[in-house]
Amino acid sequence: MATQEQRTSISWDYAPAPESREHVRLRDSYGLFIDGSFQDPVDGTRVASVNPATEEPVAEVAFAGPEDVRRAVQAARAAQPGWAALTGLDRGKYLFRVARLIQERARELAIVESMDGGKPIRESRDVDVPLAAAHFFHYAGWADKLSFAVGGRRVEPLGVAAQIVPWNFPLLMAAWKLAPALAAGNTAVLKPAETTPVTALLLAEILQEAELPPGVVSILPGDGATGAALVREPDIDKVAFTGSTGVGKDIQAALAGRGIPLTLELGGKSANIVFEDAAIDQAVEGIVNGIFFNQGHVCCAGSRLLVQESVAETVVSKLWGRMERLRLGDPLDKNTDVGAINSREQLHRIEALVASGEEEGAVRRTVACSLPDRGFWFAPTLFTDVAPAHRIAAEEIFGPVVSVLTFRTQAEAIEKANSTPYGLAAGIWTDKGSKAFEVAAALQAGVVWQNTYNKFDPSAAFGGYKESGFGREGGMSGLRPYLHVNPRAATARSAP
Amino acid sequence: MTARLPVRKTYKLFIGGSFVRSESGRYDRIKGTNIPRGSRKDVRDAVAAARSGSAGWAARTAYNRGQILYRFAEALESRRADIGAPADEVGDAIDVLVHYAGWTDKLQPVLGGINPVAAPFLSFSVPEPTGVVGLVAPDEPPLLGLVADLAPALAAGNTVVAVLSPEEPLPGLDLGEVMGIADVPGGVVNLLSGRRAELTQALAGHHALNAVVDASGDAALGTEIDKLAAESVTRVRHVTPTRSYTDAVADPLSRLEAVTELKTAWHPVGA
Repeated sequence: MATQEQRTSISWDYAPAPESREHVRLRDSYGLFIDGSFQDPVDGTRVASVNPATEEPVAEVAFAGPEDVRRAVQAARAAQPGWAALTGLDRGKYLFRVARLIQERARELAIVESMDGGKPIRESRDVDVPLAAAHFFHYAGWADKLSFAVGGRRVEPLGVAAQIVPWNFPLLMAAWKLAPALAAGNTAVLKPAETTPVTALLLAEILQEAELPPGVVSILPGDGATGAALVREPDIDKVAFTGSTGVGKDIQAALAGRGIPLTLELGGKSANIVFEDAAIDQAVEGIVNGIFFNQGHVCCAGSRLLVQESVAETVVSKLWGRMERLRLGDPLDKNTDVGAINSREQLHRIEALVASGEEEGAVRRTVACSLPDRGFWFAPTLFTDVAPAHRIAAEEIFGPVVSVLTFRTQAEAIEKANSTPYGLAAGIWTDKGSKAFEVAAALQAGVVWQNTYNKFDPSAAFGGYKESGFGREGGMSGLRPYLHVNPRAATARSAP
Repeated sequence: MTARLPVRKTYKLFIGGSFVRSESGRYDRIKGTNIPRGSRKDVRDAVAAARSGSAGWAARTAYNRGQILYRFAEALESRRADIGAPADEVGDAIDVLVHYAGWTDKLQPVLGGINPVAAPFLSFSVPEPTGVVGLVAPDEPPLLGLVADLAPALAAGNTVVAVLSPEEPLPGLDLGEVMGIADVPGGVVNLLSGRRAELTQALAGHHALNAVVDASGDAALGTEIDKLAAESVTRVRHVTPTRSYTDAVADPLSRLEAVTELKTAWHPVGA
């Protein structure tokens, strides 16, 4: 069992270029956002949200208890008829306001997102925040065109939506959930993740500034217990969850027999497939983006690299060369490629899975960059000699760790790519168009990127096959899970 | 001259395109007819047959699937008198097949399309079959209640394992014989008679199943299905038994979408 660690120092340094925090005005403490105002928890607690890069508190945040959850659901119920009774145009105008305010406060939101979650400012500034605004903008325009999403049928909102989002894209996931729900005339109770609640509370301020009617959105930070209480509330009409497959299964089981529509966007172990006819340098950039984007805290991360045997050596050597030049450190530094691991708990999970990879006989290489003294960090890591049965080839690591497997034929690549209970995403690298389309059609994955990776857009459906979940977010398909077709508008045999 | 002695019909399960006895060797006597009582092993065999029929059925062109569904309607029309169900119900079931035969090549433009992304990519979303669909048929109406969700599942390119009404299994078993002459490939539709709860539990808990459509109208069984499905994130849709053609086509998009996955592909433009 050979464990090989190559250590090479980074070849050049950049001067620090930290983003200024001057612009950020955070309160010391945030209440729960219920019925249009920030309120003290009735039976909840107050917890410090920690910056994973420094282990210093970002702000104190209230976590909701069961009674708080009940109050928020009641407020959402009370507000729902009025919200649905607005014209679609007016609902849309509120959502357009929100999109505009996110754009106005983009810089502040990006900085806080990086402080609270540890992701590089380059990503929060260029991906998370602009896409969050774009989602509100996209669904704002749907609010007065709902029947077009269901073939012209008359539609009704479902009612009160309970929405739970993860810690990897806190503001963006809140936007993915809230925008379609509100456009369709539902009201929502949103639970941000335990470790990253702060930008959702800034979003609450934006909703106030947009003068969204009270109760239409409530935002309840909390941990797993808060989420469990929310999905068990009797007076909800829809549940949407993004997070781990384990919790997704629990929620699906908790809703058994209740007839509540559910959308799940769960984990993945996505294959990034490099064929021998790919543009190799371009592919290497795509592999890096696929797995090291957001420290690998991405449900669709290209964590299983499948390389055709004939080019495996070249690809791995170029990839390793590129990895050694990744800059790890201060998430607020504009030159940072790899930021902090989101939490101590997640760091431990990554460390445990990486240790299992070594124990099971895969060959580990970890970039020898220096890690900051405080905070949670994991250096970019590459495993070769990986067998499909290894835990690092089968389980979601959710960290900056890529496992390399090889294949000989296209059929073998497809079989290996599909040989997982997950089915969220995949990448294909080839210069042959017809092959790319053929392979894309054969992959059991909700998103397939050819000669690119980790691209998102509010108009493009996103969501998984198999145990990566069901239902879609984005575009028209992301609107339908929040609508109910009115059966009274049924087609009779004589009707057109 | 003595009267001609009639030939009796032995009813069998329909698995993988063959008419088979239950591996359990059990049967129930229902309304004077012996009906095979399918077992958990029969469920596993049926799911295996549906799984192996899945890729071939999904790979057929939408035009071809549409023609086979229409042929299914033609075959049922010609056997109207032989199906153990009221003539009106059979008529409605035939019309439902005609309706969904026409959906096979409409599903993609209606559910999918090119996504106008704000970057230099050709991004498009296409519906694909979810795979193997389990279908629990109601007691009333036993034929239409089955066909109303069988037809959309097939139109979308799925293969099906159906648990027939234990009270009225004959129309469903008769349907298997119609499929035999309708060019529906073996394994695409599998029909099981027997105890509903026993068969449904084995079906909903099967990890190779992608979706369950529960038309049983039985709330307790529905809850059981939900719990079993959660073990492998199986998609579940509960429907009230479909009582008329109008019901069956009131919201076809929801029936089709429940057994469909949407795949989004991104290809660079230029560069």
